[in-house]
Amino acid sequence: MDTISQSPDNFHAASGSYNFAYLDEQTKRMIRRALLKAITIPGYQVPFGGREMPLSYGWGTGGIQVTASVIGPEDILKVIDQGADDTTNAVSIRSFFAKTTGVETTTETAEATLIQTRHRIPETPLREDQVIVYQVPIPEPLRWLEPRETETRKMHGLAEYGGMHVRLYEDITRYGKIATSYDYPVIVNGRYLMRPSPIPKFDNPKMDQNPALQLFGAGREKRIYAVPPYTSVKSLDFEDHPFEIQTWDQDCAICGSTDSFLDEVITDDAGGRMFVCSDTDYCGQRMAAHDASDETETNQ
Amino acid sequence: MNSGSTAPLLSVSGLSHYYGAITGCCGVSFDLWPGEVIGVVGESGSGKTTLLNCISGRMAPTVGKVEFCTRTEGLADIYRMSEAERRMLMRTDWGFVHQNPRDGLRMGVSAGANIGERLMAVGARHYGEIRDTANDWLGKVEFNLDRMDHLPSTFSGGMQQRLQIARNLVTGPRLVFMDEPTGGLDVSVQARLLDLLRELVTDLGLSAIVVTHDLAVARLITQRLMVMRQGEVVETGLTDQVLDDPQHPYSQLLVSSILQV
Amino acid sequence: MSFRSPDPTPEIIVWVENLAKQFVLHNQGAAILEVLRDVSLTLRSGDCLVLNGPSGAGKSSLLRCIYGNYKSDSGRIVVRHNGQPVDMVAATPREVLSVRRQTLGYVSQFLKVIPRVATIDVVAEPLRREGMEAGRARDNAATMLHRLNVPERLWKLAPATFSGGEQQRVNIARGFVSDYPVMLLDEPTSALDATNREEVIALVQEKLAAGAAVIGIFHDEDVRDRLATHLLNMAPLREAA
Repeated sequence: MDTISQSPDNFHAASGSYNFAYLDEQTKRMIRRALLKAITIPGYQVPFGGREMPLSYGWGTGGIQVTASVIGPEDILKVIDQGADDTTNAVSIRSFFAKTTGVETTTETAEATLIQTRHRIPETPLREDQVIVYQVPIPEPLRWLEPRETETRKMHGLAEYGGMHVRLYEDITRYGKIATSYDYPVIVNGRYLMRPSPIPKFDNPKMDQNPALQLFGAGREKRIYAVPPYTSVKSLDFEDHPFEIQTWDQDCAICGSTDSFLDEVITDDAGGRMFVCSDTDYCGQRMAAHDASDETETNQ
Repeated sequence: MNSGSTAPLLSVSGLSHYYGAITGCCGVSFDLWPGEVIGVVGESGSGKTTLLNCISGRMAPTVGKVEFCTRTEGLADIYRMSEAERRMLMRTDWGFVHQNPRDGLRMGVSAGANIGERLMAVGARHYGEIRDTANDWLGKVEFNLDRMDHLPSTFSGGMQQRLQIARNLVTGPRLVFMDEPTGGLDVSVQARLLDLLRELVTDLGLSAIVVTHDLAVARLITQRLMVMRQGEVVETGLTDQVLDDPQHPYSQLLVSSILQV
Repeated sequence: MSFRSPDPTPEIIVWVENLAKQFVLHNQGAAILEVLRDVSLTLRSGDCLVLNGPSGAGKSSLLRCIYGNYKSDSGRIVVRHNGQPVDMVAATPREVLSVRRQTLGYVSQFLKVIPRVATIDVVAEPLRREGMEAGRARDNAATMLHRLNVPERLWKLAPATFSGGEQQRVNIARGFVSDYPVMLLDEPTSALDATNREEVIALVQEKLAAGAAVIGIFHDEDVRDRLATHLLNMAPLREAA
């Protein structure tokens, strides 16, 4: 990924009126400085001067600004929403960058150098040469405990995180287990409490010691944070109620996967339903591999 | 109340707080000894709450010192220690019982979680043990144990106040600040709560500073009394002596103004 | 800043010297009410000093001054506390509390306690304050209540609704449950019938025999005559000239 140099030719080829990746160069620099700070203090929320973007808050304005600041002409971009490449949000953000940068886009996790995501981490393991950008609606994990920003900052400063367990305690008391299933709070690098954005807790273990660089952007609240490659990310839990991820009784109805995150799909109005991989690329790759091996068998 | 101890638990000297040109409290000095309960009385606006906020680490005084006898280092000025140390003190060795339980409770979580919070804040990470301890404390404050998993908003004022007390005492504090602890309660509930407070203070050897405008409360649970007026302490002494033989004109006025039933 | 007076002979356990007390009523035109002037007395082990005089002579005020409930204006009140003389006039509140906890018992005319607390706990409270474990304190309280004929069915009830005589017996039980070497009694028998009066006399006599000193006000001449080893006659003070 080449974030500094940019090719005016490439850009002019893509669009006649916008700067490369939409944002002006000064804004990108400002965001990159915030990103560098965020990377050096894993899990710490760095305020940045968020810009107005051509889509509304809640649609990924934070993630888009981060992506726009790190994307280079050589990058191959993948955008997913709830694991899928073909949902509205993913499609429009992908075409936004295709238009304003002219970079190549892909739906294949393994092919991408830069992935912007909402609510999932791909099932295919990420590599050192990849960057994943998360869209974050609410960055502050302590907000439900403490409404005052001055106070939450102080709590982060002093690592006063004991109160976070109160919510898990309530879960166990009410449901017999920790029922929080997404946006499950984590401690990064043994220090900062962080919201992983609304990914399912199924994905939490993937963040731990991940080889890829993980960046988080919250547009409305104008915060950036990061998890550098190979950094510890630990989910909160109790000694007698350890952290657990979701499991399903079914396998994926399409590809038969037994170890991916499944979505429930209603198929008719008579109670029909099926469970399929939420990661469409992963499911598709498996099907392709399956077809290929079928063909090999037929040919023989 | 242990007369054998040689150092005060809390030592306040020359404490004044000004809100701009307005005096909150002025020139207050006193020592609180382990096991002692001191009452602060005076009418609204006399500086009781300002004083309480200053000595409980919630508001730095304009001048003066507040020293607390920490477990490791002896007397230490609470406004010169690091904020981290002070906040640690406030959630372990100190308690603060608010007049309105809503200010001292987390209304959105169950009674058990309210008690467990302070334990979790100091590192407890075993659900079963936290629950057992919470259960013990609810018993000690004579709380209906069946309601441990209910939200505080479903409790009566007296129950909420008991819960607030248990929540404060669970970490075994040595000093508890109370701001009108029985203020919002029915007279009948007040009496039981006062008795409970007195019992807990005796059993646990707690020290307490109780701000109240109710002289009857002061008589029943405090040993020493400070009478405040316009930000200054005008009289101090044994509680029964100040109430039965007040010396300062204002104390006399205060005592003679009580309605006799 | 405890004042340690020169120690008189060790068998003297209470020593009052030139005690004076007046009330200044600031809110009533700074009127001055003089109640005690130049009061002196000494008590040895086994002494029962009875304060004698009409209403308004300052008998109760003297007891309250000795107990530290009233603030004395001048003079000394020395009480032997753990073998050491302590001047109650100059003592700090903490020292006064310590003397009250271990040395000086006081039975007031009326019971002043937290409403709605069970009688048995009201009586046990002084023991609990000394640090006695709850069960034992209750046992001792029960013994004392039995002795003063407070029926067991009342023990779990709060004394507020009791008759005058019952309340007074609860008050006496509370005063005598702990072993104080000096007792101050303010009309403890005023509302009692003959049987209970005898019981209180017996209690006081046992105390004296055990070496305690008692200063008392007894309305009843018979009680006074049977208990007093010394009399202090008091009269209302005239207006200061």
